[in-house]
Amino acid sequence: MIEIKDNILTQEISELIGKYGNGREALLPILQQIQAKHGYVSEFAQQEIANALDIHPVEVYGVITFYSFLGNKKKGRHIIRLCRTISCDLAGKDAIIRTLERELGIKFGETTKDEKFSLEFINCMGMCDQGPAMMINEQVFTQLTPHKIVDILKNFR
Amino acid sequence: MPIKNKSVIFDRENLNKENPKEFLYKALKMSPSDLILEVRESGLKGRGGAGFPTGTKWMLASAAVSDKKFVVCNADEGEPGTFKDRVLLDEFSDLVFYGMIMCGYAIRANKGFVYLRGEYRYLLDKLLKYLDKMHEENLLGKNILNSGFDFDIEIRLGSGAYVCGEESALIESLEGHRGESRNRPPFPVNTGYMGHPTVVNNVETFATVPIIISRGAEWFTTVGTLNSKGTKLISVSGDCKEPGVYEVPFGISINDILKLVKAENTKAVQVGGASGHCVPKEQFDRALSFEDLSTGGSIMIFNESRDMLHILKNFMEFFVEESCGQCTPCRIGNIKLLEGVEKVEAGDCALSYIKELIELGKSMQLASKCGLGQSSPNPFISIMTNFENEIFSQR
Ligand SMILES: Cc1cc2nc3c(=O)[nH]c(=O)nc-3n(C[C@H](O)[C@H](O)[C@H](O)COP(=O)(O)O)c2cc1C
Ligand code: SF4
Ligand code: FES
Repeated sequence: MIEIKDNILTQEISELIGKYGNGREALLPILQQIQAKHGYVSEFAQQEIANALDIHPVEVYGVITFYSFLGNKKKGRHIIRLCRTISCDLAGKDAIIRTLERELGIKFGETTKDEKFSLEFINCMGMCDQGPAMMINEQVFTQLTPHKIVDILKNFR
Repeated sequence: MPIKNKSVIFDRENLNKENPKEFLYKALKMSPSDLILEVRESGLKGRGGAGFPTGTKWMLASAAVSDKKFVVCNADEGEPGTFKDRVLLDEFSDLVFYGMIMCGYAIRANKGFVYLRGEYRYLLDKLLKYLDKMHEENLLGKNILNSGFDFDIEIRLGSGAYVCGEESALIESLEGHRGESRNRPPFPVNTGYMGHPTVVNNVETFATVPIIISRGAEWFTTVGTLNSKGTKLISVSGDCKEPGVYEVPFGISINDILKLVKAENTKAVQVGGASGHCVPKEQFDRALSFEDLSTGGSIMIFNESRDMLHILKNFMEFFVEESCGQCTPCRIGNIKLLEGVEKVEAGDCALSYIKELIELGKSMQLASKCGLGQSSPNPFISIMTNFENEIFSQR
């Protein structure tokens, strides 16, 4: 089973190389695609990408760990990122933190048991005039209230 | 959400009357050196925060000798409280792209990148569609508008790192590396993307150029102050009735901004984001300009009910998290400043220790490798100095 999965990943990576080339500058776009599709970049994927770009796997690991949107560990299918910077803070982010934690039964930094949701913080995401703001995956939600959170989560369950 | 007040530059109705495509025609009929001269004479300075003269930057890149050159639009917009580039990319992407093409033509580059922050990924499809349309209309690609000039634009996404807004870190990131700032000099205009001369400009800077080309440098200089020409987009958030993006002339006072956005009982205004300065009430007559209060556009308003120490703590947590960790003054210094704030919070900090930390902050401003560590002590110093009484009398 694992072997089949790995073969598919190898295939995916070679397709991405076809699209972005095998220069070093292709690394970030490739990682972003793998991250978007699988939710993380596994050790196997890191090896394969390193081979394809002819760089050391540590280089790949170094890049993944630098960027907060890339990760080497499996997380929830939906990643919720709540802005914690000051304008959203003043607009009431603390009430949103409590609501999210209670609704999902986890704390920030954790993933639900069914691996559906992960809760994280993000720094200012450019929605400061409409705070509190958060992202779920790539989607942006603004002017959050506890009631709004309940409705939004329903659509992702 | 559109720009809120009556704009001089970013007003779609006015622009449609002029037909923005004509701006590009006009630019490509000029000689590259005349185009640069026009930008220089307008006095346009970078809208990303640092305020380097745009015409001079283009001139330096144009003078650099290389077989390849690049144009990079900095759309990383990570400074807390800034969101005007998002509005520009959403509603005035034509001007942004035209500005990049003009820059390419001026310095003889054939390739441009937009470095779009990952948080704005949802704008990507719309922007790509627009680029396709420009290709169809021969505004991009080979032999643009039969001028003999080739230029293409590629959009690259960031992945959630504030420091990648710093131009050399941005270039590292474009090249597929960790976004760690480089030593400067050499500057990107000489040694940029892949070692080639590269102009990095803010979204708003590029979007302003076509207007200057269309209406002339002289028109542009009629607005603003002696050393800050034209208008500026500001992103207003915090305690006010009408937050949002506003276009204001340089030289406007904090007081006038507060009136514009309907703010009441204001205690302090943070100008320039987390890395900017906190301006107390007594100084609200100060002006927004490169001479006085310089900003990439972030204006955050705090009313009388707010705890300044809480605000400072939020800023310092931001810097501890976003420091790339490459150099010691920034990596360790920000942690020390944050610990100081936490000590004060716990009612456990001597005033003399805060004075020492302010000195540490001044050393960080001098010794840090890039703008992040050089400016991260700003809020600590300005809030601890201006609000010492409030902060210490409560604890
Ligand atoms: C930590 C840090 C973050 C920055 N972030 C941005 C940014 O998000 N957008 C931007 O245009 N400039 C940013 N800058 C400034 C850039 O380094 C550079 O000066 C700017 O893009 C030049 O464009 P301009 O001259 O048009 O302003 C940042 C600088 C530092 C030190
Ligand atoms: S000042 Fe901070 S962000 Fe800049 S290079 Fe040093 S550690 Fe990195
Ligand atoms: S402070 Fe939350 S989006 Fe800017």
